[in-house]
Order: sequence, then C-alpha cells, then structure tokens
Amino acid sequence: MATTYEAIATVTVGAGGASSIDFTSIPATYTDLNVLLCTRSTDTGLRTDIKMTFNGSSSSYSGREVRGADGTVSSTTSNTTYVDMWRINGTSTTASTFTNHSLYIPNYASSNNKSFSIDDVLENNSTSSFYLGFAAGLWSNSSAINQITFTCGTGNFVQHSTATLYGIKNS
Amino acid sequence: MATKLVVDCSTGAVEEIELTAEEIAEMELAAQQAEEQKAREEEEKAAKEAARAEILAKLGLTAEEAAVLLG
Repeated sequence: MATTYEAIATVTVGAGGASSIDFTSIPATYTDLNVLLCTRSTDTGLRTDIKMTFNGSSSSYSGREVRGADGTVSSTTSNTTYVDMWRINGTSTTASTFTNHSLYIPNYASSNNKSFSIDDVLENNSTSSFYLGFAAGLWSNSSAINQITFTCGTGNFVQHSTATLYGIKNS
Repeated sequence: MATKLVVDCSTGAVEEIELTAEEIAEMELAAQQAEEQKAREEEEKAAKEAARAEILAKLGLTAEEAAVLLG
C-alpha cells in the first residue's frame, strides 16, 4: 500500500523561543498539505494570534472565522495582508498549556487560487476562559505554495512549541 | 536576541536565525497593531453588551427571560 501521508519536516522551538517558524522549499510532489502545530506564546494576556503567509506574500488573503471565546460565539474576517484566524495561549492561561492547531491546504501546488481551513483549540484549566475557532480561507494566487510562515502575533513562541508539515498524496 | 526558525523542507535542516533590525521593527509594529486590535474587540464587545442590556431594560426582561423567548 502506498504511503499517502508523510511528515515532510518538523520543528521544535528551543529554550530561547522563536518569533516565527518558516517552512521553506516545500516540494510540489504532494496533493495536499496539512500542518499540525502545538504552540504557546510569551504574550502576557490570555491569548494572541498567529500571522500566517504563503510564499512570503503580503496580499490577497481572505477568510471567515467562527470562534467561541469565553462563552461568546462570534465571527470575524481575516486580515488581507496575512491570515490571522488563529489564537494561541498567552502567559495568563494555565502554565504549560498549549493550543492545538490544524491547517489543511488542498491542491496547494495547482494553478488555481488556494483554499484552506483551520481549526484550533486553546487549552486552559479554567471554567470560563476558553477559545476554539474554525476558519475557512482563500489565498487568491495561482502560484504553487512553496513556503508557509507562522509568526507569533505578540511575543515569541515558547520552548517546546512544535510544528510539523505533512504532505498527503491521493495515491 | 530574538530569533526565527527556518526549516528547509528539501533537506530537513532547521536554522535558527537572529532577526534583523528591520524584522524586529516589523515585529514590534505587529505587536502594537495586535494590541490595538485587542482593544477594539474589547470595546466592540462592551458596546454590544451595553446595547443588549439597554434593550432588555426597555422591554423589562432579564437576560434569562430573553434567552427563553429567543430559544
């Protein structure tokens, strides 16, 4: 049976933290991409966002996120210069809790515009301060995605944050 | 010193690179914008809650009664 789901690369943030995680030279040999992240930030609040770009581009992003935050359900649109439909733990959440994120990009190497989806859940030992989000987005660009950059909105990704890029083949 | 992690997917090599002055300035600007965004969201949330409370007061309903009505 063919291997259809392969870990292309993985990275773990070291003791000094990191402001961004950048996957470069992504091969165009898969059908879809999936990135799983587990992150926490040095932001002093409950949470901050992640800013994501493709191929270093700062234009043509759009999207809609439905979020549940602290008992309130709402929706928001993405920034157009980067994708900010993610939230990650700040230092006001329970120590050593992290946010789990999944980014899925079908047909990332095609010449069509690139759609993607995001889901994330912010872990916290609290009876009231939670966060979860689901988002659908589009990068209106015909280039194959060969780079994905995740930048911590405020502060740095803390030590032990991880990101793994998977490539998925349809056969 | 602030750093970024760059993963070369063709080799699997991970490089930890110190940020340039320009990148640090961009990061600080982004952090400032994030703070402003947070403040805007808090203001919007407070304004919505105030408007909701005002309507409920006009109707003479509690939040629980309104929830039952809209349920």
